[in-house]
Amino acid sequence: MKQIVQRLLQAVLVLFGVALLLFIMVRVIPGNPVAMMMGDHADPAAIERISHELGLDRPIHEQFFIYLRNVLRLDFGTSITLGRPVADLMTAAFPNTLKLAVCAAVFAWVTGIFCGIISAAYSNSFIDHLFMGISLLGLSMPVFLIAMVLQYVFAYHLHILPISGTDSWKSFILPAIALGWNCAGSVARLMRSSLLEVMEEDYIDTAYAKGRSHAGVLIFHALRNAFLPVVTMMAVQFSALISGAVITETVFSINGIGRLAAAAINGRDIPLLQGTVLFSTLAAVLGNLLADWLYLLLDPRITEAI
Amino acid sequence: MKSTRALSRANRENTVRSVLTRLFRENRMAAVSFAVIILFILAAIFAPLLTPYSWEEMELIHRLNPPSAAHLFGTDEAGRDIFTRMLYGSRVSLLVGILPSMVSLAIGSLLGVTAGYYGGWLDAVIMRLADIVLAFPSMLLAMVLMYMLGGGLFNVFLTLSLVNWASAARIIRAETLQLKEREFVESARAIGVKSPKIIFRHILPNCVPTIIVLFTLNIPDSILTESSLSFLGLGVQPPAASWGLMVNAGRQFFYTSPWLCLFPGMAVMIIVLAFHFLGDGLRDILDPRRRKQ
Repeated sequence: MKQIVQRLLQAVLVLFGVALLLFIMVRVIPGNPVAMMMGDHADPAAIERISHELGLDRPIHEQFFIYLRNVLRLDFGTSITLGRPVADLMTAAFPNTLKLAVCAAVFAWVTGIFCGIISAAYSNSFIDHLFMGISLLGLSMPVFLIAMVLQYVFAYHLHILPISGTDSWKSFILPAIALGWNCAGSVARLMRSSLLEVMEEDYIDTAYAKGRSHAGVLIFHALRNAFLPVVTMMAVQFSALISGAVITETVFSINGIGRLAAAAINGRDIPLLQGTVLFSTLAAVLGNLLADWLYLLLDPRITEAI
Repeated sequence: MKSTRALSRANRENTVRSVLTRLFRENRMAAVSFAVIILFILAAIFAPLLTPYSWEEMELIHRLNPPSAAHLFGTDEAGRDIFTRMLYGSRVSLLVGILPSMVSLAIGSLLGVTAGYYGGWLDAVIMRLADIVLAFPSMLLAMVLMYMLGGGLFNVFLTLSLVNWASAARIIRAETLQLKEREFVESARAIGVKSPKIIFRHILPNCVPTIIVLFTLNIPDSILTESSLSFLGLGVQPPAASWGLMVNAGRQFFYTSPWLCLFPGMAVMIIVLAFHFLGDGLRDILDPRRRKQ
């Protein structure tokens, strides 16, 4: 319990730092961002008016506290390019990103863990080499390439699944596979090596000596400990999924947070950029906390040590 | 003084030659990967000699030609030879993989060793900064930095250098904390060697195996991030050739002329895989904790 509270406090501090760093990065650009956004032929009066509306004419520390206060009230300002409150835009986009990320994570973990266990159970067999070969493709293929190839084969050529958009649950299948592909590869490899390592432990010999079958030992004795490194990796993967979502959402034209962030950069839209990046980082930090908590739950040795 | 230096040197048993010999003898995949990387580097250096075409000259009569004897990987929407553009693109991808990894490893090692050796508030400040940088999803941090700096090759270098230092700093700090307690560091301190000298003579040289492994594994990450940034149009700007940018440009013709995207995309895949294997192989040899297995 104490440890969870400590982690939570740490996360809050990190998020404060994230907000500060993001603020510095976005505001450090020389010149007036509004003038840059509106181009060379903009009316100076209009630039001044918008700068005033955004509060850009105030002292920099004052700007930061106003920004922080607004963020705590979930007010991320109004998007310059889209003319709507950033909070509204993100509320509309978030469910899509969440669905995509959850589907991708489920796909990655289920296939990764399954392939990893099978590979370990039949290590050095044909099926092991096949799975590990495929997982290598997963590790090395850039997300945009997988996404485009999947789109080409299953949507354009075979007409089995929708090519883009978010109209039905079917639309999420290809993006989820594309996004989860890398993650599935690393989960499978780690699951395999971790399981093989645990199988060397003494207590596994004991289990065999008690007359358990190979499958029984694997499932009831080895798996739980072998999961620990995989869970740790899941935390890191969560952040990688959010990174990959930017690309996946772009290729499949999904209206999500990642695509908003990309649009914000192309339109030099400061409120939208700050909002989407802050929100994504919050999601990544929460994902990390969740994995930490899961780890504590799975490994009583750590909880007892405290 | 002499004996402490000998002790700290005895702790580093690996020479370049012994590492490479063991790598080739024990790990066939790493050896093949090493050869592939050398091949790519040679192709990047000698690009003008390997192709009769120019990377920027457009020949609109030959636009979107499929792969043939004249154009090995076909031509793009402006009639430029894809193979040629990929050769020149490999310069960007390799540089983008190697240079920022060097810079971020240098920053990460220095900050990590400082934090670990001196401890106290310096440690706290550096490590909290690393926590904050690591909290960002890396792609989004890279995007914000590209927004701040603007597009272009040099800014891609800068961005990638600033994104990847934090995890290196964490690992080198942990290593420093262990090395600090070793006899050769203590005896150096006992005979009055100054701290900066201990760091550069005794601690950093002993971190070199870790740094090499981190460096090799950082390269594929940088290459993937660059290609993703360029794919989004935020990285290297046209008409420069980068593999990610080529995929981005070819996207609108993908259904009719898939070779525009497939070949550059696969090039990214192969080089990433090669560096990955090499890094893994080096880690097996250099990391004492893994050596037993």
